[in-house]
Amino acid sequence: MKYIDPHIHMVSRTTDDYQRMAQSGCIAVTEPAFWAGFDRSSAQGFHDYFRQLTEYEPRRASLFGIRHFTWLCINPKEADDPAFAREVVALIPEFLKCDTVLGIGEIGLNKNTKNELIILEEQIRLAEEHHQLILVHTPHLEDKRKGTRLIMDALSASRIDPGRILIDHVEEHTVADVLDRGFWAGMTLYPDTKMTPQRAADVIEMYGSERIWMNSAGDWGCSDPLAVPKARLEMRRRGHSLQLIDRVTLDNPRTFLSQSPKFRLDMEQ
Amino acid sequence: MKDVKQTCPMTREQIVGQYFLEHRARLLDIAAFLDRLDRAAASAAPDFRELALLEALRIVADGGPHRTARVLNLLSDLTTEMPQSAHGMKGALGAVKPAAGAAT
Ligand SMILES: [Zn+2]
Repeated sequence: MKYIDPHIHMVSRTTDDYQRMAQSGCIAVTEPAFWAGFDRSSAQGFHDYFRQLTEYEPRRASLFGIRHFTWLCINPKEADDPAFAREVVALIPEFLKCDTVLGIGEIGLNKNTKNELIILEEQIRLAEEHHQLILVHTPHLEDKRKGTRLIMDALSASRIDPGRILIDHVEEHTVADVLDRGFWAGMTLYPDTKMTPQRAADVIEMYGSERIWMNSAGDWGCSDPLAVPKARLEMRRRGHSLQLIDRVTLDNPRTFLSQSPKFRLDMEQ
Repeated sequence: MKDVKQTCPMTREQIVGQYFLEHRARLLDIAAFLDRLDRAAASAAPDFRELALLEALRIVADGGPHRTARVLNLLSDLTTEMPQSAHGMKGALGAVKPAAGAAT
């Protein structure tokens, strides 16, 4: 059994999480840049974070046979000050040359503000100019529906093919819109505020297995780095075929991510 | 919304067998939460989240399709205005606070 966790914040996890993930069949992770739980005081703080994502984490993952890829951006929560955000965005092109950087992410909105939207649009343009894939964070709880629509409108105003954009943290009230507009959809299995493995399996049953994946988004909060194998087990218990389970937890992530020439897996490992 | 009848591979009987105890326990948690609110010292008016939860329970029990999406929509901000900045704003609360003076 092999799977990919395409959205997990390993900088916040311990090395034995890598070990348990490898033991559960994880062969690759992709790690978007996100909010560290506190606001960084300078652009230099992001420079160090981007080095951690591109230099340190791939080495730590490789000790367990897991390939580590990453996405870079300024997250929406720290993008509310446009002047500061632009200093951080200016650092990104240099890092896009790194051979494990797949694109721009996780960009999006947090409180659905005009300032956040300005920086989102600038980062969409950055992805367009550098022909990068995009991973999108949608707001949580009551802000998700409005934020998802605002984000999709901003993306649709660019010339980027929606098939190169994954919109993450979808739930039952946003998934149909995301798929109907041609984007990929990500479901985040997060114990308190997002989806359970059961609900993720329900969404697959209702909306199909095309252009959709699941991830743990494991981070410094109450989260579960083994959420994807738990969702596989949930689907198995319901009698879904191994082929369908592999499609949403291995083949789909591989198909989307392989649009970046940097994403390579050694499937014989 | 999409017609999703008969998309689960299990029978109704199998679903009940597999999940009933888990959801029985969750239902009792909700009942106990409401009892706990009743036992607390009364505040001037019930919190908007309490009212939203009761409204959501009506959707859960109405027998219609897509209960999850409808509950999520009920708990969603449906406005279109955008503030300039998040400065001074609180984190998400899980339900929408009615604007002061708005009809309930
Ligand atoms: Zn994330």
